[in-house]
Formats: sequence, C-alpha cells, structure tokens
Amino acid sequence: MISVEGLGKKYRLRHRAESHSYDTVRDALTRAAAQPLRWFSSNGSSTTTDDFWALRNVSFEVSRGEVVGIIGRNGAGKSTLLKILSRITEPTAGRITLEGRVASLLEIGTGFHPELTGRENIYLNGAILGMTRAEIRRNFDSIVAFAEVERFLDTPVKRYSSGMYLRLAFAVAAHLEPDILVIDEVLAVGDAEFQRKSLGKMHEVSRGGRTVLFVSHNMAAVQSLCGTTIWLDRGEVAASGPTAEVIPKYLQDAHAVDRDLDRPVPLGTTLEIRGFRLTPNPVISGDPLQFSLVIAATAAVKLAEVAVLLYSALETRVAVIDLRSAGLPIRLEAGQQWRAEGSIANVSLVEGDYRLGLFVNSTDFAGDVDEIVELAVQARHRDGLVPYAAAHRGFVELDVRIDA
Amino acid sequence: MKIVIEPGRGASHYWRDLWQYRELMSFLAWRDIAVRYKQTAIGLAWAILRPALTLLVFVAFRRMAGLQQVERPDVIVVLAAVLPWQFFSSALLETSNSLIGNTSLISKVYFPRLIVPIAAVATAFADFVVTLMLLALLMPWYGIAPGRELMALPFLIALTAALALGLGLLLAALTVKYRDFRYAVPFLVQLWLFVSPVAFETSQVPERWRAVYALNPLVGVIDGFRWAIFGGGTAFDRMTIVSSAIATLLSVLVGLWYFRRTERGFADAI
Repeated sequence: MISVEGLGKKYRLRHRAESHSYDTVRDALTRAAAQPLRWFSSNGSSTTTDDFWALRNVSFEVSRGEVVGIIGRNGAGKSTLLKILSRITEPTAGRITLEGRVASLLEIGTGFHPELTGRENIYLNGAILGMTRAEIRRNFDSIVAFAEVERFLDTPVKRYSSGMYLRLAFAVAAHLEPDILVIDEVLAVGDAEFQRKSLGKMHEVSRGGRTVLFVSHNMAAVQSLCGTTIWLDRGEVAASGPTAEVIPKYLQDAHAVDRDLDRPVPLGTTLEIRGFRLTPNPVISGDPLQFSLVIAATAAVKLAEVAVLLYSALETRVAVIDLRSAGLPIRLEAGQQWRAEGSIANVSLVEGDYRLGLFVNSTDFAGDVDEIVELAVQARHRDGLVPYAAAHRGFVELDVRIDA
Repeated sequence: MKIVIEPGRGASHYWRDLWQYRELMSFLAWRDIAVRYKQTAIGLAWAILRPALTLLVFVAFRRMAGLQQVERPDVIVVLAAVLPWQFFSSALLETSNSLIGNTSLISKVYFPRLIVPIAAVATAFADFVVTLMLLALLMPWYGIAPGRELMALPFLIALTAALALGLGLLLAALTVKYRDFRYAVPFLVQLWLFVSPVAFETSQVPERWRAVYALNPLVGVIDGFRWAIFGGGTAFDRMTIVSSAIATLLSVLVGLWYFRRTERGFADAI
C-alpha cells in the first residue's frame, strides 16, 4: 500500500539568511559576483551554505488498513516525511510507492476564506482537500451536523467563534474518503470537547479499514489509535514495530539523561544525595513504583526531616512523600549514610513527565532542592474509549468504576 | 491508482493531475471573484467604475494634448484600448502575486501549482467581461455599428490572456524566490501603460519608429481591438499582430518552462 525506500530530503541552510525567509535579487547578484572568487579560494566549499538532511535513508512499509503512528522529537523529520508523502515537496533521494487515493491533512481549515460563508467554505475547503463537487454535496448535511453550525451556514466564517471555526474545518476533513489518509498533529488544537470529538472520529476512520499515517506528540492518542509506530530520530528511523514496543523505547530515550542520578547532589556542605532511584521508570499509570534514596554525610550532622516533592512538567507541586517515618531524625557521623526505601502502591498519575525534588531539614542545610530526577508516567492502554489529551485531565488518574 | 514519488519524478503525471484538479481551479477562481467585492459599498460597480474613470482621464488628456481626431468618436477610440489594457494589466498583476497570495495552500496541500496562476487570469477575465458591457452600451450611443471584424475579438482576448499568463507564470515563480518582484511588477505595469497605444494611437507614433514600437506585444493587441470595433475603418498593420503572437508564444513557453522547473521547490521556498 505504502512503500518507502531509502527516502532522503536535503535542505540547504544559508546561515546568514536566517532572519530572511526569502532571497532578494541583490543577494543573488552578490553571490554570483562572489562565485568566480570562490573558485580560487583554497577550501572550495562555501562558508555560507550548509547541507542539512531532514530525512536520511528512511524505509518502511505500510499495508492496507494499517494505522501507523509517527513519533519523534521536534525536528526529527516527521513533518518533512508527511510533506513528501503528500507530494507538497520532493524528496532528494529514495522512492515512495503509494497505491490508492491519498488525502493529507497537515492543517485543518487550509484555504478557509474569512469572507466566505460557512456553506461556501465547505465547498472550497472540500475541493482543496481533493473532494469532488459530488462528494461534497453528498456529505454536506453530515458535515454541517458534525460541525453543529446549521444556524450560521450563511454567515461569513470571520464572524465564527474559534471553536465553531475549528469544528467546521475538522468536519470537512473528517469526511474525506481517501484510501490513504496522512494526518499531522491536527488534534493538538481546540478545547477538550473538540479533541474528544475529533479523536472519536479518528477512531471511526481507523476502524473503517483505511490506511492512516498519524503524526502526534500525544502518546495516549498514538497508543489508542495506532497498531504500529515509527519513531523518527534526527531524520532516521530509530525504531519501528508494534506501538506497545516502540513507545517505551522512545520514552526511555527521551528521558535517559535525567533518569538516574549520575553524580552526587550536594545539600549544603556536609550532606549529599548519593542515590535517588525510581523503578520502573517510565512507569505505567496505576502501576506500583519502587523508590530508593540515599543521603550521605561528609561530617557530623543531624538529619531531622526529608520529604520527596513531586512536580508536574509545568512545575506545579502534585504530591509529597513524607519520609520522617524512615528512621528520622538521625545523627550521622562523617561517612555514614541514611537510606530510605519504599514503594507507592499505585501511581495514580495522568501520563506525562514529572520531576522529583527533596525537602531536607538538617542542622547544616534546610530547604528544597528541585528537579533532581525525572519520572515518566505512561498512559495505561485501554480498549474502547479514547482518553482525552493528558493536558486536559489534571494530574490524578482516579480508579473509577461506573456501575450504571 | 498508483503514485510513485521520486526525485525529479514530479513531472510524470503532471498534465493528468492538472486535468483532475480542474474543479479546484474553478473553485479558486470562483473564490477570488466571490471575495473581490465583499464588504464594498458599491460592489461590482467597481469593475465598471475603474475603466470608466480611466476613460474620462484619457479623453480629457487627448483633448488637451490635441491628439483628438475628428473622424471617429474619441470615447470609443480610447475605450477600445482601455478594455484590453485593464484586462492585461490586472491579469498580469494578479497572476504575479497569485502564488505568494496562496502561501498556506501551497505549503499544506498538493495540487499542480499551475492552477493558481490560471485561476488568477480567470478572475481578471470575469471583471473584463463586466467591463465589456460598458462598450456594448457606448457603441450604439456613438452610432458605431460592429462589422464582421468583431469576430476577431475572441481571438484578440485569448491572445491578451495568454500573454498575461505567460509573463505572469514567469513573474509568479520569480516572486516566490525574489520578493523584489512584488514591487517591481506594479512599476513595470505602470511604465508599460505609457509605452502602449492607450491614450494615443499607433498612427500618431512617428513612422520610422513603428517597427521598433511593434516589439511591444500590446501594440498589436490594442490596434487589433480598435480595428475590430471600428469595423476595419482604421489603419491596422497586420505585422504588429504577428509580432504580438510571436511574443505571446515565447512568453508562454518561457513562463511555463521556468514555472515547471521551479515549481517543485515552491513549498520549500515560499
């Protein structure tokens, strides 16, 4: 269905042109004038341009009806890959074979014109996305119903609220009927209600036997929608395979640096943190978590209180673990250690990255130390319902049972 | 349907794709026409008002400069030139700006990029059709009865459109890379008006300069318009239309060649 072999895309970076997105004739003329001189220069190569491979040697196969997630950090080449697959830009190397009608959705509402009415924009946007007039007419009522804009059909969309605008744009896109659908992060916009609706629609599409390529930062969405996942790292395929195997690898890599304490963290002059370990890390939401903490003294000191502080990625304090019962207060002589080990029965946290710090009270040092280690919490895979995006779900994952 | 994407391969289904996307082309032209006079008080009247005012100014200018001729109504002489001129100039300006005016489409959706400038010419053509009504009203008023020469008008209109499209393709593609052309093109169009026989007639150009003058492809087009409208009663050097046709063919070929050559980089450069 989709076969990608040795795909590469090279961009030429012009360092001095960074602030301008376009050239001027003057630039071209000066460059042309400088050219003969460059032939005589010793290094031969230009100092102002630099080749950058946004994608290099990317190969994969997708079979009919497969829903494939594409993950990776910013700048890993995900968007470039989608742009090449959608034929917006050409590859520099390699070959792609696509069988069937391709529709790509790199943005919703592309080509919407603010002066045109909702009705007019449905036709225009549909045509831009590759629908025929007949297809749009057939789906028109269903698009309007999905977008819930019946009353405003003949109002220019510039008078729409941003929510209405998004719903209408998504509604048109959701009624595309291609064999292959290529989607970029379109779910990253809008309110929770919109996200719920669009994710639900995505589920429907993916179950409808369509081949889908889905780029997202929302691991929960990738987990619940995609059977297979491709992880791109710096333009190359770092891993690909079943989603359940690729996502942990990706998360592990993304956090490898801060996972464990690689050197002691000093607390004042006499105390230092020698070890701070969480296992497993990443942990799946709702699973148990082991922790161990070692604080050593370099001189005689009295350690009165210790607590672990848990922060969200946005630096909101989410919880504390009070360790006063772990043999505190204690008198430590030089070279002695205090150790606390324990577990949390279930990490009822919404998936995401958390940071752990310590509160310490001793005769030498008293205060907070922020961001000592990181804890990655992964979504629990559920069948059926697609969870809301993590950003909308607060911090706590309650263990809920619905009886009626 | 099987699609193969390879470096340099973009050309293989191009013309087939262009045909498949013809609906989008008509949608884009329709959008530009629909949007054009939205939120204006007098709306479509602008399409008439602009050539009408230009007409007034040029007629007054001819009177003051003593360029006026007695044998034919001056208003029609000027109008016969203002119409193709306005069609040509607005088509050229809109085509040149068409790609950068549709940046979001070009960077987010695939379609043969040629449809954007073609739709821009179609938009200018819609305005031109409205202005033709001005001519239809004024001709009987001045007692000008069209002869069978009027049959040449569609050909002349097609020539004008092709010339604007050919140059527009080149300028639109250049504007994607060099935004200088955004400023250069309006200026070029302004200068072009002065060297085209709009406010005056080719017969008023000194004889020995005529051959050089005919290098301006609009000379043949405008003289042709006057000839078609006055039923042949005016001097019309057939060589000028040949020169226009050659220039048009050249501009379409060069425009297409450059456009197609740079098209695959539009999304990256825009």
